[in-house]
Amino acid sequence: MAGYLLKRLGFIVLTMFLASIIIFSVTQFLPGDVAQLILGQFATETAIANLREELGLNQPLHTQYLNWAGNFVRGDWGNSLVSRVPIRPMVMERLGNSAMLAGLALLIYVPLGILFGVIAAMKRDKWPDQIITGVSMAFVGLPEFVSGLLLIAFLAIGLQWFPANSSINPDSTFIEALPFLILPAITVSLTGLGYITRMTRSGTIDVLRTDYVRAADLKGLPGWQVLTRHILRNSLLPTVTVVAMGIGWLLGGLIVTEAVYGYPGLGRLLVYGIQRQDLPLIQAGSMIIVAIYSFSNLAADVLYSLLNPRIRVGK
Amino acid sequence: MFDPDAAFDIQRDQDAGRFVLDARDVTVTYQTEKGPLDTVRNVTLQIMPGEIYGLVGESGSGKTTLARAIVRYLPSNGRLSSGTVMLGNTDLLGLSRAEMRNIWGSRITMVHQDPGASVNPSMLIGDQISEVVRAHLGMSKKQAKARAIEMLSKVGMPDPESVVKRYAHQLSGGMLQRVLIATAMATNPQLIIMDEPTTALDVTTEAVILDLVRDLLKEFDTSVLYITHNLGVVARICNRVGVLYAGEVMEEGTIEQVFKNKLHPYTRGLLACVPRIEASKKDISLCAIPGFIPRPDQLPGGCIFAPRCELVEPACKEKRPSQVEIESGHLTACRRWELLQNDAGAAFGTCPARFEVEQELGDLVLEARNIKKYFPVTGGLTSLWKRSRTVIKAVDDISVRLRRSFTMGIVGESGCGKTTLARCIVGLEEATSGEIELEGKIMPYSVVKRSREALKKMQMVFQNPDASLNPQHPAGDSVERPLILLRNMSRKEVRGRVRELFQAVSLPAEYINRLPHELSGGEKQRVAIARAFAAEPTLMICDEPISSLDVSVQASLMNLLVDLQESKGTSYLFISHDLAAVRHISDWIAVVYLGRLWEIGSAEDVFVPPYHPYTEALLSAIPIPDPDIKQDAIRLKGSVPSSMNIPSGCRFHTRCPRKIGDICEQLEPPWRELDNDHRICCHIPVDELRLAQSGLLQNRADRPGRDL
Repeated sequence: MAGYLLKRLGFIVLTMFLASIIIFSVTQFLPGDVAQLILGQFATETAIANLREELGLNQPLHTQYLNWAGNFVRGDWGNSLVSRVPIRPMVMERLGNSAMLAGLALLIYVPLGILFGVIAAMKRDKWPDQIITGVSMAFVGLPEFVSGLLLIAFLAIGLQWFPANSSINPDSTFIEALPFLILPAITVSLTGLGYITRMTRSGTIDVLRTDYVRAADLKGLPGWQVLTRHILRNSLLPTVTVVAMGIGWLLGGLIVTEAVYGYPGLGRLLVYGIQRQDLPLIQAGSMIIVAIYSFSNLAADVLYSLLNPRIRVGK
Repeated sequence: MFDPDAAFDIQRDQDAGRFVLDARDVTVTYQTEKGPLDTVRNVTLQIMPGEIYGLVGESGSGKTTLARAIVRYLPSNGRLSSGTVMLGNTDLLGLSRAEMRNIWGSRITMVHQDPGASVNPSMLIGDQISEVVRAHLGMSKKQAKARAIEMLSKVGMPDPESVVKRYAHQLSGGMLQRVLIATAMATNPQLIIMDEPTTALDVTTEAVILDLVRDLLKEFDTSVLYITHNLGVVARICNRVGVLYAGEVMEEGTIEQVFKNKLHPYTRGLLACVPRIEASKKDISLCAIPGFIPRPDQLPGGCIFAPRCELVEPACKEKRPSQVEIESGHLTACRRWELLQNDAGAAFGTCPARFEVEQELGDLVLEARNIKKYFPVTGGLTSLWKRSRTVIKAVDDISVRLRRSFTMGIVGESGCGKTTLARCIVGLEEATSGEIELEGKIMPYSVVKRSREALKKMQMVFQNPDASLNPQHPAGDSVERPLILLRNMSRKEVRGRVRELFQAVSLPAEYINRLPHELSGGEKQRVAIARAFAAEPTLMICDEPISSLDVSVQASLMNLLVDLQESKGTSYLFISHDLAAVRHISDWIAVVYLGRLWEIGSAEDVFVPPYHPYTEALLSAIPIPDPDIKQDAIRLKGSVPSSMNIPSGCRFHTRCPRKIGDICEQLEPPWRELDNDHRICCHIPVDELRLAQSGLLQNRADRPGRDL
């Protein structure tokens, strides 16, 4: 297992390297000159030339890349072009916020999704299945700005249970932030729940049809034992992959939800950077999201292999 | 006043406890779109203590449905609509689902068909055995584990302590079936239901498992309901047998009674379908039962077998015949049983050979010399920069030659390289080295490099007709393709030719427009055969073409192949693990093990001693549907070694029952020539083999050295 992990970590390094080249190249093709952007429209030619020299923009591209990548690895992610503050603390702070939201959302929708998926599979084509699949489909299809606004209207403004605005202090602890997290987490969960439910449902239906589940039934084991030992362990395999993909989405892709609630997450920071052509910020944020996807996939694969002895490695 | 119910109850009280299982008048009804359908009707099944009761029938006869109904594990749209089921003194129909769970696994256990699919892939083998004893015998974890190991050693599992810590994918099919049998016996149940437990296994493994079941029953006080389609298996291990047809019992009795007298035409028909190892296409043709099993919604009035019966008379179609008890325990549902009793040849008795006996030696069609096929073992991404050193030697130097209108049978266990050899010859797999010569022309290894003329000459029929016909295209389209692609026919010619081909394979012309899912398995295979013949090949490669089909369908397909060979002069390379079928259809037989040939000769020579010890083991494993034939119990240990690690010296030495010593481990054996180009590759001299081997058929007198 250790060897396998090392190998996979090696691959993550490789992935990050390839991603860094792509991200660096793409940001080079964005319109506009960085020095011009920083100094504004009315800067003099000399000022721009000086700044270009200072930022190393006159050096060949590969040197620029190596400088950037080297600094990035060393933890120096540069300063924001817009606000002139160091990028790393800013990104890390937002990442922490996103992680709080993602964690709460996962806690809500993964167990519920599995529960609903298993119920739907066991009661296949009967009314509980029809309700569950129907409702979960509807939520998957519902855009987050609609479900978010509906939740605000009912739970925040109508019943006044939760605050409508989640623009928390960037350095809040989880406990402090919790009341503000609930509505955005529910909004996100409505989408995620549908995917988990459907994946669990189809996985469980496949497993229910297998000979080994029939064999387990005919061993006379109590129903819950058949479910936990024989069904779930095999039927949750596809769900594990979906959950892992969800982590990447939750940490870096919640642009709409974060906007609806004004929540300071990583997704919004990235949009902000793109709108203002803040290149170092875009680069650093993208690299972080690549890293998150890589590691959550690794986690999924490790979990998958623990659940599935057929592909378990390093016997 | 006579009260039939009361009389029944009295009878029942007397019988109570006499039978382990007493299922009476069981009818199973499925709720379908067409309304309720009775798939099993009024079947009575009584199993005595210590008995192995064989339930035989073709697919669709209701065997599995009946078994599921007895254990009350029917799908949600099925129910046991009438009848009674008693297990000892317990009325199973009166129990709740929860109470049934106490019966399952403790008093009735089951062994299923596909051992690979019946074991949970993500749970340790040991846990899957011990969970049963923990649930039913209340054992502690430690006791249960000890019990699992004990049971595994009872079923002859080598190294049971380590097997309990393994997963399903680490064991072979035969080993997994032992695990399932160990699980089924762990609670010492009253009744074990075995549903086709050896169908998915090699014939050699099947023989070992059957021996095991019989030996275990001597030790355990258990009865068995053994479900199978294979009459040979029934003859080998059962005490009594019931023949099921379209959901009704046609005949029932002891093995002796049923196999000797055969008082139902269906039983006779089933037996006449099975190829016999002492006769080939030159001696007899197989008597296929015409027609199909009727669907439950299209049952004929009167006797349900009447539409397919040779002895049918008008009275048969009027009233459903009731079961008659001819002698104690021997029941038949045929009203003409007296005729059958007096005339052993009535109904599906003998079918004269259709094949011309005189066969002159034709031209050489195929000569494959020193074919090798090595598969590199790839290890994921590392294979990009590292050339792998381990190879799987699937075919390792095999040469075969085949003359016009001849059939070469290739036999061997699964994993021996039979199919790879065939695919190399056809070009679907590129051979690693060797020469393939078709009618004197050397063929490129890959099918895509072969000329159209060569493709036309060599066609293939695959094992699984479901997978080899495009489900979206009507059957006629599949047959059209080779006509258009390989023979440049015009639209109009094609249409006429397709009709002729359908006629040649005995399919009605309206099937041309049907989609594959509207055809039965046998019909699909006929379409595949028609497609192969459309190109008018000189060589047909048949890879297990009949293995997945029912015996009566197998018989008609084999007859079809023989007829087509005779009329068209095609040569066949016929691959099968079914030795009786190979014997029937082949002129020459090659025995393959671990990628090499070990014996080759005419079918007559290969099937009588002296033969290679591997051939001997294969032959002694064949389940023969005749309880009078006593076979030597020569059993192979373990399973075929991996082609990645081929044993040194003689490749067969690790499992050879006749190993003579170190020479077998160190030296490759020499080829020994006998008469008629019959050759055996073994260290044991031919004369010694002849002395040691007693031959399959004890009653055959023409075998020299039998009494020595």
